[in-house]
Amino acid sequence: MKKKKMNVDMNLSPNEITKTLNIKRNKSEFIRRAWYKFSSNHMSIVGLAIISIAALLGIFEPIIAPYPEHVGPFVDFASACQSPSIIHWMGTDNFGRDMLSRVMFAFRGAFLMGFGVLLVVVPIGSFLGLIAGYFKGKTISTFILRITDIFLALPPLILALCVCAIMRPTLFNSMIAITISWWPWYTRLIYGMSASISNEMYVKSAELLGASKSHILFKEILPNCLSPIFTKMTLDMGWVILLGASLSFVGLGEQPPIPALGTMVSDGAKYLPELWWISIFPALAIMMIVLGFNLMGDGIKDMLSSEE
Amino acid sequence: MAWIWLKKIGTYLLVLVGLSILIFTIARIIPGDPARMALGPRTPEETVQKLKQEMNLDKPIYIQYVLWVKGGLHGDFGKSLMTRRLVSEDIREYLPATFEIVIISTFLMIFGGITLGIISAKFSNTWLDGVIRVISYLGIVSPSFVWAIIFLLIFGYLLPIFPVSGRLSMSITEPSFITGMFTIDALLSGSIDTFKDAFMHLVIPAVSLCLGGLAQAARITRSSMTGNMTKDYILAQNAYGVPEGVIFFKYLLKPSLIPTVSILALDIAALFGQAFLVELIFNFPGLSKYGIQAMLNKDLNAISAVVLILGCVFIIVNIIIEIIIAILDPRIRLMGRSV
Repeated sequence: MKKKKMNVDMNLSPNEITKTLNIKRNKSEFIRRAWYKFSSNHMSIVGLAIISIAALLGIFEPIIAPYPEHVGPFVDFASACQSPSIIHWMGTDNFGRDMLSRVMFAFRGAFLMGFGVLLVVVPIGSFLGLIAGYFKGKTISTFILRITDIFLALPPLILALCVCAIMRPTLFNSMIAITISWWPWYTRLIYGMSASISNEMYVKSAELLGASKSHILFKEILPNCLSPIFTKMTLDMGWVILLGASLSFVGLGEQPPIPALGTMVSDGAKYLPELWWISIFPALAIMMIVLGFNLMGDGIKDMLSSEE
Repeated sequence: MAWIWLKKIGTYLLVLVGLSILIFTIARIIPGDPARMALGPRTPEETVQKLKQEMNLDKPIYIQYVLWVKGGLHGDFGKSLMTRRLVSEDIREYLPATFEIVIISTFLMIFGGITLGIISAKFSNTWLDGVIRVISYLGIVSPSFVWAIIFLLIFGYLLPIFPVSGRLSMSITEPSFITGMFTIDALLSGSIDTFKDAFMHLVIPAVSLCLGGLAQAARITRSSMTGNMTKDYILAQNAYGVPEGVIFFKYLLKPSLIPTVSILALDIAALFGQAFLVELIFNFPGLSKYGIQAMLNKDLNAISAVVLILGCVFIIVNIIIEIIIAILDPRIRLMGRSV
């Protein structure tokens, strides 16, 4: 759709003008159809709803949180360790801070981490995958794939822990650590697709017509890899947030007093079972986010599939 | 045929070399002087220099790497700055504990996952399938440390039938060191009580560890079985009048297991990763807990040894999985043979 629009030129033939107009009229139709496909599975709407609510809670945390000041270095021992009630929906922790406000604030860090990591990982990973696939069999491709193999020989969690361990524990550094362990998965995914698309007739004909390498890579091959990339990105938002929570769980993420989901779970684990709410609510929040992105990912897969 | 396998093993060796370089680089780009950090700021300069010489830190970086690899090949990873013991000794003590959990977890994952997958393929689109689907979704989306916390709450306090901390109860003495795995050592030395106790301690950590992979295995098995059900060769078997059960297990199940098995390598690796957190929660003295402690204390020798060992384990698991796939898939088994 996008590609055709870019070709709109001042001196078009009448035939082409009607074509462009058709496309413009069809744009709303396109969105409607995409929504129809996405919503054909009700669970994907549930996923979208979960993620939207979590994102809104995170964004508007300073306005809607019942106790916005509780996310910082705040101590109120008088109201410490209260169980969930009307005043504190998720109870308070051992410092008397409202858990609901803290969980809402932690959503910020979680989403920031998801977006930040994917923003770097997807372009780098996909680019390397495109090159490795298109130049399959050449030295550069083998080189990229071997490097990818090395990174894939360690579970992402362990590699991220390792990288995190040598840096100062901050949100930003844990994002770097996850980025380092996450890009090979995109390279692997795009490599396979790029290698098979390289053999398609339209790529061969573009080569024969003398198209440049960058045209073939980005205009011919890349657009055909986009739908799995988008699907994987939606799913990965959940996994990256989960990995970030795992890092902060062992104390290698955002440092206290700033709330992070993993830190809250591990802090609360010390007070089980009496103060169960301190760790269970953040744990449920992690589950909900991952569940939301998973459901949404299924919907996006349906939406982008070419089956009518 | 042999040539293909040799080439594969060669690739894995290459990966191992690359991995060792990667780990070495990560361990050495750490800011600050490791020798100074190990001894603290108030140690006299001479002692620091002596330790530097001992750790080969005064030599050029590539010689350091060669020495490190040489040592590693002999099982000598230097001294741990944290426990003040040889890293190899620490690993000998902690690795078997992690193996115990991961092995049990792997078994649960494979058999549980495939069984659930078969059931839900057999009864696809019934309520049973729906229930299993919901369970697998929950399994996939909840990280094992969340399961660990939930199980800790349930079995630690509400329903104390399984112990949830450590490897053995206080009252029971450790079995003598044979393999390092308490269950096997106990069996070898013939004390059933110790075996029972050690096994009970493994159940909850292993279960909370395996659920994610189990759910994934179930889903993949189901989808590949339902996908294969409509294939022509199954139809042909039906037309020949081959009994339903024979078709299901002999002709449908075997090829459908290939996708499940091929992701198992990744899942088992993920188990080792997740074990890092689960062992922490259940206070289980395994390699992962040791590794985390090393990471928090920036104990380089220990970190690099732990990570390298996990990398080796992953590569070995990968080779085993490739052999299993070759057994299952005639296209791969017969590759390279003249037709």
